[in-house]
Amino acid sequence: MASANLQPRRPSRRRQGLYDPAYEHDACGFAFVADLRGRRSHDIVANGLAALRRLDHRGARGAEPDTGDGAGILLQVPDAFYREVVDFPLPPSGEYATGLVFLPTAEADEARAVQVLQKYAQAEGAEILGWRDVPVEPDDLGATAEAARPRIRQLFLSAHRDGARLAGLDLDRVAFCVRKQVERETRERGVAAYFPSLSARTVVYKGMLTPQQLGSFYPDLRDPRVRSAIALVHSRFSTNTFPSWPLAHPYRFVAHNGEINTIRGNRNWMAAREALLNSHLIPGDLRRLLPVCTPGASDSANFDEVLELLHLAGRSLPHAVLMMIPEAWENDPDMDPAVRAFYRFHACLMEPWDGPAAVAFSDGTVVGAVLDRNGLRPGRWWRTSDDLVVLASEAGVLDLDPASVVAKGRLRPGRMFLVDTAAGRIVSDEEIKAELAAAHPYQEWLDAGLTHLADLPAPAHVGGRPARRGDAESLVRRQQMFGYTEEEFKLLLGPMARDGAEPVGSMGTDTPISPLSRRPRLLYDYLHQLFAQVTNPPLDAIREELVTSLSMTIGPEGNLLEPGPASCRQIVLPYPVIDNDELARILAINEDGDRPGFRAVRICGLYRVRDGAAGIRSRLVEICRRVSEVIEEGARILVLSDRGATADLAPIPSLLLTAAVHQHLVREQTRTQVALVVESGDCREVHHVAVLIGYGAAAVNPYLALESIEHMAATGALPVPPATAVRNYVTALGKGLLKIMSKMGISTVSSYCGAQVFEAIGLDPTLVERYFTGTASRIGGIGLEGIHAEVAARHARAYGADPGERAHRRLDPGGEYQWRRDGELHLFNPETVFLLQHATRSRQYEVFRRYTSTVDSLAAAGGSLRGLFQLREGVRPPVPLDEVEPASSIVRRFSTGAMSYGSISAEAHETLAIAMNRLGGRSNSGEGGEDPDRLYDPMRRSAVKQIASGRFGVTTEYLVNATDLQIKMAQGAKPGEGGQLPGAKVWPWIARTRHATPGVGLISPPPHHDIYSIEDLAQLIYDLRNVNPTARVHVKLVAEVGVGTVAAGVAKAKADVILISGHDGGTGASPLNSLKHAGAPWELGLAETQQTLLRNNLRDRVTVQVDGQLKTGRDVVVAALLGAEEYGFATAPLIVSGCVMMRVCHLDTCPVGIATQNPELRARFTGKPEFVENFFLFLAEEVREWLARLGFRSLDEAIGHAELLDVRPAVDHWKGRGLDLSALLHVPETSGPRRRTSAPRHDLDGALDHELIAACGPALADGTPVRVRRAVRNEHRSVGAMLGGEVTRRFGGKGLPDDTIEVTLHGTAGQSFGAFVPAGVTLRLYGDANDYVGKGLSGGRLVIRPDPAAPFAAEEHIIAGNTILYGATGGELYCRGRVGERFAVRNSGAVAVVEGVGDHGCEYMTGGRVVVLGPIGRNFAAGMSGGVAFVWRLDPALVNRGLVDLEPVSPSERLELRDLIERHHEETGSVVAARLLARWPAAVEEFTAVVPREYRRVTKIMQAAEAAGRDVDTAVMAEVLQG
Amino acid sequence: MADPTGFLKYPRRLPPRRPVPVRIRDWREVYPPAPDDLVREQATRCMDCGIPFCHDGCPLGNRIPDWNDLVRGGDWEAAAEVLHATNNFPEFTGRLCPAPCEAACVLGINQAPVTIKQVEVEIANRAGPPAPRPGRSRTGRRVAVVGSGPAGLAAAQQLARAGHEVTVYERDDAPGGLLRYGIPDFKLEKHHVDRRLAQLRGEGVRFETGVHVGVDLSAARLRAEHDAVLLACGALRGRDLTATPGRSLAGIHLAMEHLVAANRVVAGKAHGFPPSLDAAGRHVVIVGGGDTAADCLGVAHRQGAASVTQLDLYPRPPEERDLDRDPWPTWPWILRTYPAHEEGGERVFAVAVQAFVGDGAGRVRAVRIAEVTVARRDGRRLVTPVPGTERELRADLVLLAIGFEGTDAGPALAQLGLSVTDRGTVDCGPDWQTGADGVFVAGDMHRGASLIVWAIAEGRAAAAAIHAYLGGEGRLPAPVTPAARPLALR
Repeated sequence: MASANLQPRRPSRRRQGLYDPAYEHDACGFAFVADLRGRRSHDIVANGLAALRRLDHRGARGAEPDTGDGAGILLQVPDAFYREVVDFPLPPSGEYATGLVFLPTAEADEARAVQVLQKYAQAEGAEILGWRDVPVEPDDLGATAEAARPRIRQLFLSAHRDGARLAGLDLDRVAFCVRKQVERETRERGVAAYFPSLSARTVVYKGMLTPQQLGSFYPDLRDPRVRSAIALVHSRFSTNTFPSWPLAHPYRFVAHNGEINTIRGNRNWMAAREALLNSHLIPGDLRRLLPVCTPGASDSANFDEVLELLHLAGRSLPHAVLMMIPEAWENDPDMDPAVRAFYRFHACLMEPWDGPAAVAFSDGTVVGAVLDRNGLRPGRWWRTSDDLVVLASEAGVLDLDPASVVAKGRLRPGRMFLVDTAAGRIVSDEEIKAELAAAHPYQEWLDAGLTHLADLPAPAHVGGRPARRGDAESLVRRQQMFGYTEEEFKLLLGPMARDGAEPVGSMGTDTPISPLSRRPRLLYDYLHQLFAQVTNPPLDAIREELVTSLSMTIGPEGNLLEPGPASCRQIVLPYPVIDNDELARILAINEDGDRPGFRAVRICGLYRVRDGAAGIRSRLVEICRRVSEVIEEGARILVLSDRGATADLAPIPSLLLTAAVHQHLVREQTRTQVALVVESGDCREVHHVAVLIGYGAAAVNPYLALESIEHMAATGALPVPPATAVRNYVTALGKGLLKIMSKMGISTVSSYCGAQVFEAIGLDPTLVERYFTGTASRIGGIGLEGIHAEVAARHARAYGADPGERAHRRLDPGGEYQWRRDGELHLFNPETVFLLQHATRSRQYEVFRRYTSTVDSLAAAGGSLRGLFQLREGVRPPVPLDEVEPASSIVRRFSTGAMSYGSISAEAHETLAIAMNRLGGRSNSGEGGEDPDRLYDPMRRSAVKQIASGRFGVTTEYLVNATDLQIKMAQGAKPGEGGQLPGAKVWPWIARTRHATPGVGLISPPPHHDIYSIEDLAQLIYDLRNVNPTARVHVKLVAEVGVGTVAAGVAKAKADVILISGHDGGTGASPLNSLKHAGAPWELGLAETQQTLLRNNLRDRVTVQVDGQLKTGRDVVVAALLGAEEYGFATAPLIVSGCVMMRVCHLDTCPVGIATQNPELRARFTGKPEFVENFFLFLAEEVREWLARLGFRSLDEAIGHAELLDVRPAVDHWKGRGLDLSALLHVPETSGPRRRTSAPRHDLDGALDHELIAACGPALADGTPVRVRRAVRNEHRSVGAMLGGEVTRRFGGKGLPDDTIEVTLHGTAGQSFGAFVPAGVTLRLYGDANDYVGKGLSGGRLVIRPDPAAPFAAEEHIIAGNTILYGATGGELYCRGRVGERFAVRNSGAVAVVEGVGDHGCEYMTGGRVVVLGPIGRNFAAGMSGGVAFVWRLDPALVNRGLVDLEPVSPSERLELRDLIERHHEETGSVVAARLLARWPAAVEEFTAVVPREYRRVTKIMQAAEAAGRDVDTAVMAEVLQG
Repeated sequence: MADPTGFLKYPRRLPPRRPVPVRIRDWREVYPPAPDDLVREQATRCMDCGIPFCHDGCPLGNRIPDWNDLVRGGDWEAAAEVLHATNNFPEFTGRLCPAPCEAACVLGINQAPVTIKQVEVEIANRAGPPAPRPGRSRTGRRVAVVGSGPAGLAAAQQLARAGHEVTVYERDDAPGGLLRYGIPDFKLEKHHVDRRLAQLRGEGVRFETGVHVGVDLSAARLRAEHDAVLLACGALRGRDLTATPGRSLAGIHLAMEHLVAANRVVAGKAHGFPPSLDAAGRHVVIVGGGDTAADCLGVAHRQGAASVTQLDLYPRPPEERDLDRDPWPTWPWILRTYPAHEEGGERVFAVAVQAFVGDGAGRVRAVRIAEVTVARRDGRRLVTPVPGTERELRADLVLLAIGFEGTDAGPALAQLGLSVTDRGTVDCGPDWQTGADGVFVAGDMHRGASLIVWAIAEGRAAAAAIHAYLGGEGRLPAPVTPAARPLALR
């Protein structure tokens, strides 16, 4: 008998099954309180703690309500207090360093850790002055936090140099040396000692605490003797529940809100730079302090470590911060040239640590905060007349007398906010930067150092340039060698060369993942793109191009810590894809001896094919040796080339070559000496370019693709001349790369280079460890043998004597995207489509079984991962079929996929809805609203209403008429991307449900602009829950490594259902690279989610749903055993409805009337709800049969029993043999339930709306007008949403007559003030508001004006936060004052007047009116396709003119504008409005109308048609389809 | 890069056939060449489907969307390259195949399918005389192919191109099998066959005509002298009505007797039609409703028949697909009107011959028919006459076109120790090898009477198997397996 473990099981952060702690994320709220004049007081500390408590909703709790994710505070060292509480003498303030130490709890361990500390203190010449036991009061800690609680002591030390006691920064450098070494050694010895801080200047108190607990746990913080002029606090929301005290913020210098998207690359590059690190300020040899970035630490911790190093080595904290988080300087024409030079110079030293990040920092004297270039985190500050400065993630965290607030503001993208307590002032962003920029003649250094690629001389002779043979046979042979297919030319290269953009496809992918394919695949195909979801946002590289950059500098780097003019002796590459001419210039860079520092060497990447895998291995060793030699000899650019293959020599895949050399150089720490340029024959798709750059290439020359395209153009296969074709193709690759980077939220190619944001699926872990170090590879796969076999197969095709190739067939047909008989396997092929349609149409279960057995055997042949599992019958005794739950109960777990009305026809959409409603399953509206006519029809409505980033048709009425609400974070076919509905598809009926204009294109942004991190998602869930408290809220995620951790976060954000989608899900339109290369199979995502939720004790509180090419009963049962309770289907029911996988959804030409709005084609729709019902009933029947055989009476019993799955004893083909799926089958040891068992835990209790609803009784009963007055605090979130939901439920979409309910509020409103408020409700706020004001506003009226006592000029100060009116469909908003970033984003009908907006105003707007009576930020009107904005004194340079024109205000608009300004004045008492009205009509000349071109065109057509008495819709569509 | 809206812009159109009064006065093909723009327009109707069912409906796996797109763009040469990559003889299939591809065309779900067959033949016509593509090296392996129909020729071509030494044995006086004397010239003029044979010869294929393996040459010896033998002798044993009273009367012939005799005359191999088989001035009754019957019909008209009546056991099929019985994309049972039907004659449905009535001089005078119902029970066909419906039809010449019962190569099979199945076919393993080592089978001899595309497909696949059997390097394309069947409900 095993000994019983009586200790409560402590979940550990060890890697197990599919769970890996490396993917934990966190996000949070932060704040600081400071006395501008540096006056220390306990009030500051108390205020810091108070602010922290008011940020509670931004943090989270684990499985237990009393275990927080982490909270902390950074203070100036409270010298007076410590002096009183220690029993040993302390040197004068500033001459001793102190800090808390988290020590092991076991006494012996603690002693060993202290020993190590003593050793290094001595070695570094520091003197331990003494220890203090830090008093703690752990009574209200949760069990998990308590179990992990370290022993907390406080260390005091001092140091001398040249007889003098060191102080301040100098002492901190010594403390740093001690600390780094102690932490490393104790960690290695398993007696980890962690120092929250160790400094003469600041001290950090933190722990695994809730914001409330921080103050009570550390009595120090409540002691009035603890005084500081600065308090920096942080509340953490992590995606897991594992105990970790060190992961709480603040770190030594920063508190961070957000993520570092580029962290992998940053860590790699830091490691590579370590060899050259040297500082005259930090004592001794730096090597003893390495690695800089603690392995396994969080992104924030690593950021802090690098920042610390830069700072201690001599840069001011602001300087170091700006170096790591530069603003978007690349595309800003208005930037001060000196500042630009500063950034450009520093770009030669270090790539950006790309957010989304808000970082607050302090060294004890200055305290500040910065937003990264995207500005995706909120930050608000205010200053009182008494020189108290508060900055926080939200407004309103301290209750200050409104009359005392003399200034307010917000953090802005790329800008810094800095308080200098020594100087006693706020230092402006401009001043900080100007001062830093003036510190050195950066521009002179750059002029001397930088060389532009275009300025390099054309090589004297065409060295290395391919002889242009025009020999078609040689071209074909080389195409064969690199596995080109006919399909690639037809669907990828041809369109790119013709149109300059990557082609779009539709429907999901149903081909095998690379390790299961029987065909040789390129190594690129084994690496799947990662993407941002929930914990960080993707970005829109098209509409927000100004923050992106494809340019980078290459060349040797110097010592990061002591830069000089030589640091920027580099070459500027404007574009990551280079043509043959540019490559020749690079190769010949020092031909004339002008650039001695820049020798370029070409490295041959061929191996003797008959030597097999061993040949590749030994060649790579040779190549790495050679590379080291040439670097030693002075080479600074390596061109890794696969040219020159022969009958004997075959190319090593470019990716392997690049990654191997990159990792070799990183290990050797010479990586920063050279740039890698790849001359590649196999690279041809955007994905290929992305992977090469992601694994270290600075630039790629896809020579064979270029040559092939030239050939196509020359032979007339393309409608453009060769030079244009090549240019288009290169452009398409670059644009595609940018889009792939954007999926991960990475803006610059220099940050993407080496960032390795990929997951390997089907590669052997040893291979990955060696050549792709740090990449996740969870199911094993091929090694060098497999890679060789694939190369050899292609090589044999090119050079072998295969007779089949001789006659006719030049290239492989392909068959990846379109089914081909001799091409790749597809699960949906002619036979399975036919059988499925016939079975469900003729209602024959036997035919259905033929369908499923055909699909299942295709799956077993490699069609899907689940095909490789065996269901273990006989483990449990079988159950008689009639004892298994009936099919009618199983079908209730089925849902159909989110397909918008718009992407598919009304006929198809309703067919699915009717079928699911009859069965008791759930259909999904998709993103596109729902016709009101259907909303109220219980048979025709969609049970699940989706909320996606475009918020099309997301009205209050839509939300209240839903059984479930689904937030789509990502979509399998194109995770991390938005969408676009071209004008020709916006037919009038589609426009109506989407609140848009017929014929005008619609854009869905890549991110939800109200979800940039996990706590934002929690807020949206809270919003939705307020509007519709009875609906389950789903969050849809896409499988990728780490999705389990995200899912845990989502569970903590209180979602009801987590949907894990496979990478193979369908779409109406997606770039082909996304269809094929982004995301992972759902089997992996689901298993990881199940395991992570179980390990975190969160599984019982959420329902897990899965979708992605589910087709058979077996699929459902596998999903159940892996942990899913509900199952979604999209492609299969569409096929049942008549779809034949045309894959032309994006063209509006669906010949069976499904994915089209064309009435002629819709008439061809033949689907019937009965067919769909048959499908699901058959499917359920098959599930029953499986359950009976496996020994389960219900699906509930089966959920999570992964042990009943077995990995097929032998995967029966050469590539699959290396696969190891056992990690998917891991069941964490936990006694908790494996499925949802508990009721949802909601948190609507604190909502102010309960009071409002109670007070509005008469109005809700019969529309009697009601007036309500209340105070409001930042903790009151989503004010008005629940009330609005109530009004809409009772009175429908039209709401109540205007002003029936008038609510007047005083104070600072929490996030989402006035969200989803319908007509008839007016909210008047005196004070200010946070982010998301008027989100989804559906007809209500919002008025915000400063508190009457406020002394400042309202129009110069911020009144409300970011992302206001997101997705509003109607209503009015008047703000007296300025607002933040992305004002009126995706507004499609609301009218608003404000007095200044931040960056990206009116982004993606499709309707409504916006009046701006003040300044605007950059990128105004990006992606704006409808509505009109009137801006006073517009600076045209700030407008993104992609879709809009700037016009004078037309006579008819003048009346409208005046009317709006009058209303604004009436409602808010605006002084600006009053002045303008006083000068009317002269003032109107100062306004500019910002009008979308297409919108204007269509409006004119409509007006003309109306005037002529013609049907408006017909007139519009006739015009649009013609144009 | 296909035009996604082509199918919405253009209706299906075929080029006009030659006028009936003109064409029945000669034996030339009934189709004049189609103009470029018509073919290109029709190719534009192709929707370039994600799952091209046509490509699956074709046993050869013709890459139909690919060549449609090339034709749309006017690149006939590239289209021919793609077409030839899967089909050895598009000039034959483009004329003779009943086009299961068109039945499977996705457009056919709700409108007229793409004129795939027309596009195919136009590509083949424009590609001009195919140039030989001999194999680059010789393997020294010898393969005998018995039978020179489409299966044998396809296999021979594939094997020769792979470098093997191939000899084709044909019992007739000229190679081509059914293509030569079975198919009338108005469907396939013989110069197409000759041109193709010249190409095969240029690729190294040798032909031994007038050699009846099993009779003139022992099959066992043939096997001994070659490294492999492929049997592709067709399924020429015509089904007969031996049990029908009066069958022994003169003037009753199997369809093939009639067709071969006529074709030999047209080919100049004989002078004048044999009087017993000449339809001139006669009242002709053709029993059977299939392709062969239609061929007899066309021949009879050209010979100058006084009247022609075609009898079909089954009721008149619907004009359009019956979705319950034959859901798309299966091959539908519909009324097929061939060019021969346009030329005259009467089609009588749901009738069966009860007896042949003599003229008293031993020659047929009439057929006695009755209306029947046909049912299927336990896989067997049950024909039940409707009482009281018997009547006589005048008939001076009766042609039985009621199908085939398998191979007639009995002697050769016996010499190889092989037997035939109940269906009269020769079985093989998944590698196309019969029970005799190194002896392979393909085409109708294996499958039973079927379509020319199946014959070519089997020939290609068997060639691949033989190549592998001979240890050849690489793999030849094999579009079908021996067990492959068209998509169907069964």
